Amino acid sequence: MDFSYSEEQQMLQESVQKFVMQKYDFYTRDDIIKSEAGYSAENWTMFAELGWLTVPFTEEDGGFGGKAVDLMVMMEEFGKGMLVEPYLSCAIMGGTLIADLGSEEQKGALIPQIMEGAMITAVAYAEQGSRFNPNNVKTSAVAAGDEVVLNGAKTAVLGAPNAQTIIVSARESGAATDADGISLFLVDANAAGVSIKPYTTIDGRKAGEVTLADVRVPATARLGAAGGAAATLAAVIDRATLAVAAEAVGAMDSLLTKTVEYSKTRKQFGTAIGTFQALQHRMADMFIQCQLARSIVVRAAMILDSDEDAVSKARAVSSAKSKVGKAIRLVGQEAVQIHGGIGVTDELDVGHLFKRVTALDLMFGNAEYHLQRFASL
Amino acid sequence: MNADFTAEELAFQAEVREFLANEFPAELKQKVDKRIRLSKDEIVGWQKILYKKGWMAPNWPKEYGGTGWTPTQKYIFSTEMGLVGAPEPTPFGVTMVAPVIMAYGTEEQKQRFLPDILESNVWWCQGYSEPNAGSDLASLKTMAVRDGDDYIVNGNKTWNTYGQYADWIFCLVRTDNSVKKQEGISFLLIDMKSPGITLKPIVLLDGHAEVNEVFFDDVRVPAANLIGEENKGWTYAKVLLTHERTNIAGVPRGKRRLASLKRIAAETDDGFGGTMADNADFKAQLAEVEIELQALEYAELRTLAALSVGKAPGPESSILKIVGTELAQKMDEMTVELAGYNCLPFVPEQFEEGFEGEQMGPGSSAAAALSYFNNRKLSIFGGSNEVQRNIISKAVLGL
Repeated sequence: MDFSYSEEQQMLQESVQKFVMQKYDFYTRDDIIKSEAGYSAENWTMFAELGWLTVPFTEEDGGFGGKAVDLMVMMEEFGKGMLVEPYLSCAIMGGTLIADLGSEEQKGALIPQIMEGAMITAVAYAEQGSRFNPNNVKTSAVAAGDEVVLNGAKTAVLGAPNAQTIIVSARESGAATDADGISLFLVDANAAGVSIKPYTTIDGRKAGEVTLADVRVPATARLGAAGGAAATLAAVIDRATLAVAAEAVGAMDSLLTKTVEYSKTRKQFGTAIGTFQALQHRMADMFIQCQLARSIVVRAAMILDSDEDAVSKARAVSSAKSKVGKAIRLVGQEAVQIHGGIGVTDELDVGHLFKRVTALDLMFGNAEYHLQRFASL
Repeated sequence: MNADFTAEELAFQAEVREFLANEFPAELKQKVDKRIRLSKDEIVGWQKILYKKGWMAPNWPKEYGGTGWTPTQKYIFSTEMGLVGAPEPTPFGVTMVAPVIMAYGTEEQKQRFLPDILESNVWWCQGYSEPNAGSDLASLKTMAVRDGDDYIVNGNKTWNTYGQYADWIFCLVRTDNSVKKQEGISFLLIDMKSPGITLKPIVLLDGHAEVNEVFFDDVRVPAANLIGEENKGWTYAKVLLTHERTNIAGVPRGKRRLASLKRIAAETDDGFGGTMADNADFKAQLAEVEIELQALEYAELRTLAALSVGKAPGPESSILKIVGTELAQKMDEMTVELAGYNCLPFVPEQFEEGFEGEQMGPGSSAAAALSYFNNRKLSIFGGSNEVQRNIISKAVLGL
């Protein structure tokens, strides 16, 4: 048994750590969020140069290896810096969908571009009313000769405002929540009929509501077989779920560290508030939850990288996300509470970490959703 | 044992309901329902309606223009207000500074300040907390030094709610450094237009600047604005802090929110063809909140019954504060859960007066996370819940 990172993983971790420490402080990040693009193109180029954009891809596809444990290592460090660049939406979600479903031609055209930082993708799967069920697809895809016509509306599309290519789930057949009949299409973000309503999320990312009105794409824009994308989409969302759970582990670590530090310096009643046993025990509980969250995320990452079947992998992800979601509420809320008023202000990083982990709890299903999914699998 | 209202109390309840049905402006109700922030003019306008009816000051004695209501009448009034979402008058004037002026102010001070509070002509704000004096309020450092007929005030206050609207501020200031920290504090009223006062807005996690830091730089304050005796301010403030505060538990507001959660759950797809109203876990959460509210309501009624027979409000009110705020925060979490991805957009301006853009998300779903973030303050301000637990440990349990 050995839970230590490989030499390569350690180097990856150190390079992301270095980036967050040296180039991604709270104020720099704030400037990036307030910029028009909402992410730093300069950082993105650097991510490409450092090889980070290859991490989600297998060696056969020219990537770093495509292991969930590698993603976990990176995302945890990104979580500490509250990264706003579209790593999750483009490299992990879009990239993995293309790698897992794309034809050799599609892969050859897109994956090198993604790894070079020249192509940003986003994945539009959620809809109003679909909640966290990716099989609930009302957006329609109707074949018309060599083309397919897409109609519908997608919600909460992370990274949409910056994407050149949006991967859209649409129904070619079947009823609204059937797994069969769902296809994925590569849609040019500038295509006629695509409109994107952009916004900044509560945790500083760019996202958008995407509407498709008679969008015509060539049939060759379909990823995989007609109507057969659901299983891969679910697996990729599970991988992304593991990634945000790892991101939350990093962010919670920062929340704990900052809270403990604050409690040692903040003086009330003539003494540091960290000397009060009532607060010490609560910080000890935060620590316990951080450790349990980290442990269950490690477990899920190892199972994703194993030969276990799809159901076991889905269960492992749901168990991790459910546990992490519960930890997020305790750690996030206690960090703010122990900081007192300053924790509720926009001025301090703690409040922003709290907002980030709150968004991460929601992403791909909150604690309650994954608890129920775990029980039902 | 019974929990029934008397015939007179029921008649009073009917009167309050009729008044609210007729006089609480529909436009305001709509804004409250849509979670749009009310403007200063709207708040003042509503308070003037209450004033016209004679109901602006339920906690004041009749001689000052108060209602002279019994504790039960006050309870009925605030319950009915909460059930329709009518905002309680901003507390700083009518609930916080006025009782101190009545108890310790001079006749001249009473005449000068109280009528304007009652008529909502003057907006008050609070100058208590400082960056290094929060839970340990008595360690405050803002100095007031006597200079002839004036005090000269230097220092800074924080967490000052709606100071941007305020005409006056009531402050705790240090007037003696040589004694025990509680014994060198005075209670001073300061005109916000005085030269040397600057306000720095503090933006909170919901993107709104509802609180401020207030800086005093050689601010001259007439000594005539001192309340009571110099260095007795801490005693006065403590009276204020333990002063009976109706509706501290927020049960009516809680009931209204619970009803709204049930309604939203029934309108929220679960993603599998049903709604969140059928979701077993969410139903269990709703039930838990409802049960907590029932327990809290009866805890409040039992406190009220004790008050009605003349017992002083005790540290039991700490229970109401702790449980009331934690329950409100739990309902914020549930609102976020229902909103799902619809609470991701951070568009605080759409809940401000005068927003004309296109609304994000159905209903008020985009407000869910903003409220969740902002309401973390509930367990921090007004005596943090840790301080309340200390009060219970010490004053009730004798530990």
